[in-house]
Amino acid sequence: MDLLRFITCGSVDDGKSTLIGRLLYDSESVSLDVLAALEKRQASNGTVDLALLTDGLRAEREQGITIDVAYKYFTTPRRKFIITDAPGHVQYTRNMVTGASNADLAIVLVDARQGVIEQTRRHTLIAALLGIRRFVLAVNKMDLVGYDQAVFDQIATDYADLTNHFHLPAAVAIPLSALQGDNVVTPSTHMPWYTGTNLLAHLESVPGSEEKAADPRFQVQYVIRPQTPELPDYRGYAGQIQSGQYRRGDRILVLPSGLESEIEALEVNQQEVESASAPQAVVIRLRDDVDVSRGDTIVPVAHQPTSTRELEATLCWMSEQPLAPGRKLLLQHHTALVKAAVPTILYKVNVQTFEHIAADTAQLNDIVRVRIKTALALAVDNYQDNRATGSFILVDEVSGDTVAAGLVEAANSEYFTAPIAPPVVFSI
Amino acid sequence: MSTPQFDYLDRLEAEAIHILREVAGQFERPALLFSGGKDSIVLTRLAEKAFRPGRFPFPLVHVDTGHNFPEVLAYRDELAARLGEKLIVRKVEDTIKRQRLREPSGKFPSRNPLQTYTLLEVIEEFEFDACIGGARRDEEKARAKERIFSVRDEFGQWDPKRQRPELWNVYNGRIQKGENVRVFPISNWTELDVWRYIQRENIQLPDIYFGHERTCVVLPSGQLLGLSEHLRLDEDDEIVTRQVRFRTVGDSTCTAAVESDAATVEDIIQDLLLAKVSERGATRLDDNISEAGMEDRKRNGYF
Repeated sequence: MDLLRFITCGSVDDGKSTLIGRLLYDSESVSLDVLAALEKRQASNGTVDLALLTDGLRAEREQGITIDVAYKYFTTPRRKFIITDAPGHVQYTRNMVTGASNADLAIVLVDARQGVIEQTRRHTLIAALLGIRRFVLAVNKMDLVGYDQAVFDQIATDYADLTNHFHLPAAVAIPLSALQGDNVVTPSTHMPWYTGTNLLAHLESVPGSEEKAADPRFQVQYVIRPQTPELPDYRGYAGQIQSGQYRRGDRILVLPSGLESEIEALEVNQQEVESASAPQAVVIRLRDDVDVSRGDTIVPVAHQPTSTRELEATLCWMSEQPLAPGRKLLLQHHTALVKAAVPTILYKVNVQTFEHIAADTAQLNDIVRVRIKTALALAVDNYQDNRATGSFILVDEVSGDTVAAGLVEAANSEYFTAPIAPPVVFSI
Repeated sequence: MSTPQFDYLDRLEAEAIHILREVAGQFERPALLFSGGKDSIVLTRLAEKAFRPGRFPFPLVHVDTGHNFPEVLAYRDELAARLGEKLIVRKVEDTIKRQRLREPSGKFPSRNPLQTYTLLEVIEEFEFDACIGGARRDEEKARAKERIFSVRDEFGQWDPKRQRPELWNVYNGRIQKGENVRVFPISNWTELDVWRYIQRENIQLPDIYFGHERTCVVLPSGQLLGLSEHLRLDEDDEIVTRQVRFRTVGDSTCTAAVESDAATVEDIIQDLLLAKVSERGATRLDDNISEAGMEDRKRNGYF
């Protein structure tokens, strides 16, 4: 059985929470006592409010909105699903970015009465920016437009125009009613004109979580040194393989030091193995006694990332305190933590159009392109090539808060000596 | 070169090991909160996979309510000895005396709310900066919104509106003095996942998880509560002997038993696939107090 992580995105009243509630309810993933608690609060017309299955905090129930990213789980005989429910309000873009960072697929919800709106564009582009390549366009509330095929077709066409314009992969469009249950888990009897699959059947049949083909990458999390009489000299570098495959005997380079050695042993759960792949947690032992510590990257000599102290990145700014150029921060590149500065804000991205706007600061929820300098070299890849080694967060040195999500866009030193490139249309 | 296919349990395991190693890499004085329940037992197995042949970079810490099942305490001591890891036990009893707390009253006096006091005491005593726990997001609606690295203030309080965004698998454990982080490596596991992992790894559990004969009080809700000296029974209470098992092993005064003949892990998985009642709903008497029961307790420093 495999795993699929997906995110649901839509505007405030598109019925996201109801859709998730419907998926859980119709796939019999809701237990009796949870249902009983729901029924206690049921609406006066006797229907159960499925949105209450995901709205967990008191303020959310009081205001009838979703404040924070919620995670829900269900399992069918085919696979395990992890749902990330990201709120729809404009001011919560940071939650959408957070949810999309771990998702394999995005369900973009549209209200059939409203069609493709600004928020639809915004959510789609953010999901694409974060590396999601599979989209489902869920045209919800079909019951409120009389299950009219023309309405659905128009919305599907409008959305296809959007994905074409930005060179995004085509979405699978499904007409549904989360409230009535049409085409969510069971096929609709109201829309005989629709011959495609229902939502759950589609989610069960797309490829699950899988590793994108990428060069081998591994970062050291922790050094295991038992220093016991039996193992006086054992030094194991513990970490998770971020991408690709490692083999015993590989010639490797430790970055940023540049020291070269060979993989003497590769261990998974204390067993020596010939090879291991992402996302396995492993221990690597090296033939030579080289200096390696947490935050270092071990890569095959033949497949090196860029080791750099300067990079260009897209940031999603997540702090109420704006970013001013020159600000000093900490940059956490997975297990590597270094001091960093943002000397230049190149431009701000309009997330409705992906046009570039001149900016000298970044406010909460802004997406900006910046140049970053770090105190020590980082071993990075471009985000579009490698989600693991192309991503980082920025941390406020004093409060410790996460203030930005960062995607590496360019990391070679030649780039920084060249003049700033003219803005390009978003492409992937 | 073909990419190997990984089962969903392989992925959950790799994620949990990664989280445990991040704790080891980022914190000075972490601890693993060990209750003797199946979730914390699974955590010790994951810690073995993360840190052997080295020792765990943290002690096991048990907050003993004094209402624990004796089988669970015996299991705890045996496991700590087998692992060769340090076990720290602190008793709610002592906190009650020291802080002159009021013992819970009522017919089924739960010390669950008082655990928080002892937990905060032990955090202060050992200056723990990170506490690893076996909580899962599928247990309860408020938990579904909590981060894997959950920052708490010096009173252990959780502020759902001030949570840090948690992106990719990058965990930010930077805290200020006095704050600490609760870490939940199996956040993304469900009860069924935990049992399937126990089966796959052949993990031994305390006997009370399996069907056994036990004398119980029948509650007005129909739930069964194992008889113990801590209950304050009335004369007309109905006492029965049934074949039961426990789905969770919290405080014995507020952890109900479910009728079951399940003798093996496989039987329990079959039970679960048929079960129509969620884990906390079936067995915990204290979460139902109000709809926001868990949210309130977490805000106050509970796990």
